[in-house]
Amino acid sequence: MKFQLFIQKHTNQITGATAALIVLGYLSKYFLGNNLIYQVSLAVASIIAVIPIAMHAYQALRAKTISIELLVTIAVIGAFIIGEYNESAVVTFLFLFGNYLEQKTLSKTRASIKSLTEMAPTTAEVVQADGSIEEVDVDDVDVNDVVLVKTGAAIPVDGVVVEGNGYADEAAVTGESRAVNKTLTDKVYSGTILSNGFLKIKATKVGDDTTFAKIVELVEDAQDTKSHAEKFIDRFAQYYTPAVLIIALLVFIFSRDFKLAITVLVLGCPGALVIGAPVSNVAGIGNGAKRGILIKGGEVMDTFARIDTFVFDKTGTLTKGTTSVSEVKSYNDTLNTTLLMAAKVESLSDHPLGRAIEQYATAQQLQYHDLKIDNSETIKGQGIIAQINGQRIAVGNLKLMTASEIVLTAQQQVDLTKLQEQGSSVVIVAIDQAVTAIFGISDEVRPEAAAALAALKQAGAKHLVMLTGDNQKTADYVAQQLGIDEVRAELMPDQKVNFVKEFQAAGQKVAFVGDGINDSPSLATADIGIAMGSGTDVAIETSDVVLMQSSFSALVHAYKLAKKTVLNTRENIVIAISVVAFLLLGLIAGFIYMASGMFVHEASILVVIFNAMRLISYGKSKEL
Amino acid sequence: MMNKKVILQLDALTCPSCLTKIETAIKAEPGVGTVKVLFNAGKVKADIDDSQTNAEKLSDIVTKLGYEVEKVKVKDL
Repeated sequence: MKFQLFIQKHTNQITGATAALIVLGYLSKYFLGNNLIYQVSLAVASIIAVIPIAMHAYQALRAKTISIELLVTIAVIGAFIIGEYNESAVVTFLFLFGNYLEQKTLSKTRASIKSLTEMAPTTAEVVQADGSIEEVDVDDVDVNDVVLVKTGAAIPVDGVVVEGNGYADEAAVTGESRAVNKTLTDKVYSGTILSNGFLKIKATKVGDDTTFAKIVELVEDAQDTKSHAEKFIDRFAQYYTPAVLIIALLVFIFSRDFKLAITVLVLGCPGALVIGAPVSNVAGIGNGAKRGILIKGGEVMDTFARIDTFVFDKTGTLTKGTTSVSEVKSYNDTLNTTLLMAAKVESLSDHPLGRAIEQYATAQQLQYHDLKIDNSETIKGQGIIAQINGQRIAVGNLKLMTASEIVLTAQQQVDLTKLQEQGSSVVIVAIDQAVTAIFGISDEVRPEAAAALAALKQAGAKHLVMLTGDNQKTADYVAQQLGIDEVRAELMPDQKVNFVKEFQAAGQKVAFVGDGINDSPSLATADIGIAMGSGTDVAIETSDVVLMQSSFSALVHAYKLAKKTVLNTRENIVIAISVVAFLLLGLIAGFIYMASGMFVHEASILVVIFNAMRLISYGKSKEL
Repeated sequence: MMNKKVILQLDALTCPSCLTKIETAIKAEPGVGTVKVLFNAGKVKADIDDSQTNAEKLSDIVTKLGYEVEKVKVKDL
């Protein structure tokens, strides 16, 4: 086995030697007129060059596969037997040289994932019990160890800052190269770079459990997860190569033309066809990974490219997801008392609107915690009714007021409608059956969303839908700002799933875009689930596409990239099939022989790889 | 009982047929469960029963097939 490893390691030198011998042979023939040197040097070239090829062929045979190498080996030995040393030498050289170039260019298409893994630190400086520092392998760091990170170093664990201050570049995790301030109790991620400062970090996740390790694993798996086209080609190649062997045999039996038979062997190599489709996907997935867009494999890429309907969850996706009190209408001169009581009542619930009111009260420096609630009743979907200091307070929506027979004045009615038309949610507060205040609470629409949705449409999306648990008016207001085609409001989480199914039943290809926190069923049901802006484990698992940063430009890029990648795959398959057709035609017409056939083959492999490489830099020039 | 996961980092793989080769050879080893060869990442991931086989054996098999093993990692399942 030593010999095998030696050959393996020196294949490039063998290729070089073969080239030199071929040049020597031709020089001596045409300049010295020496046919002997020509024949000898080409024969020697054939022999040394066929060794690595034959070795691969033999190993594959032992694994019960008929490989391309076997076809080439038989062809070369055949040519050698009939004394066509020039053909055998040139074919073997081209095959080896083609492999060399293939290796070089392939590593370019894989570069993005490699650069990711190279960002991972290999050692960590762990603070010991006696305060000293010891450098250990990252695999030996335990949870709860404290590690020291200095300026310029990569953070080796996921953890919490326990000492120090600095700026971290989180590009490895979010795809967005920006310095983020890190100080006491802030979370930091493995693989991110401390561009400035000094931190002591208590490890919460180490090794393969870190977010970064999960991303790397996901991308590695994704690049090997095959699309339908690839699977088909794989199956095809499995039968194709042995078939070529049989066809060559038949050709020989019927035509008694040995030369023709071995030519068929060389021309039959499936080269560009086998490599064309996967190489496009690898390049496309790599392009995404660099931007914090994780696309889970070739099949996802295929389906994503065919999506025509995008369904968005409103809160946290189209809007910022942080609700706050944006407007206050007061109907007496004791607003603070109203606010104090409302905040206390809302502290009983964890409804987002309640949070907003509490936050607003806190911002006004009102000490509502000291109040005492005598009894309270929560009415689902309406609000809360409670007794404080003998006063009856109702905090909730219009339904609650109607149910409690609290009547709004004309002015209050006008204010309410106006607030709702602006897209605000409203919380009405009534004390002893009289409305004292109306709070408008809104969730700001992401500023870049409208332009991004327009870009999605331009890229081929036909139907944009927004689903929300919010009321119809708020939903309409947001939809109108964003250019959404269809709005479904006042939904429960399980109803969202039903809408996704409904669209699918109507023959639409549906992508669901959510923040991944409570959309898991919809993410899983849709043809493509896109989790936006949360690197949580659940989101990474249930979705097909993960956008590490919460940005719409990433969504648009991902969609366009999927379309581009699928187009690229198709181009490659067309190139490969045309080459085979061309060779076949050339063989019949008699202008293609072994060496020229091999040349065309290897050239076509390089063409498909170069074509795929265009995907790596896709979208680089213009900022989306 | 598969109780360990072995991850071998190989030199770059170039031919898709290498993949089948490695996969078949490792699967043939007793005490080996699921085997996954990642072509683009150049990684072999295998679940093993450490009473029947170990990481070195798998690494040997791959080396004998003519691929260089750069790094071996063993994890508990």
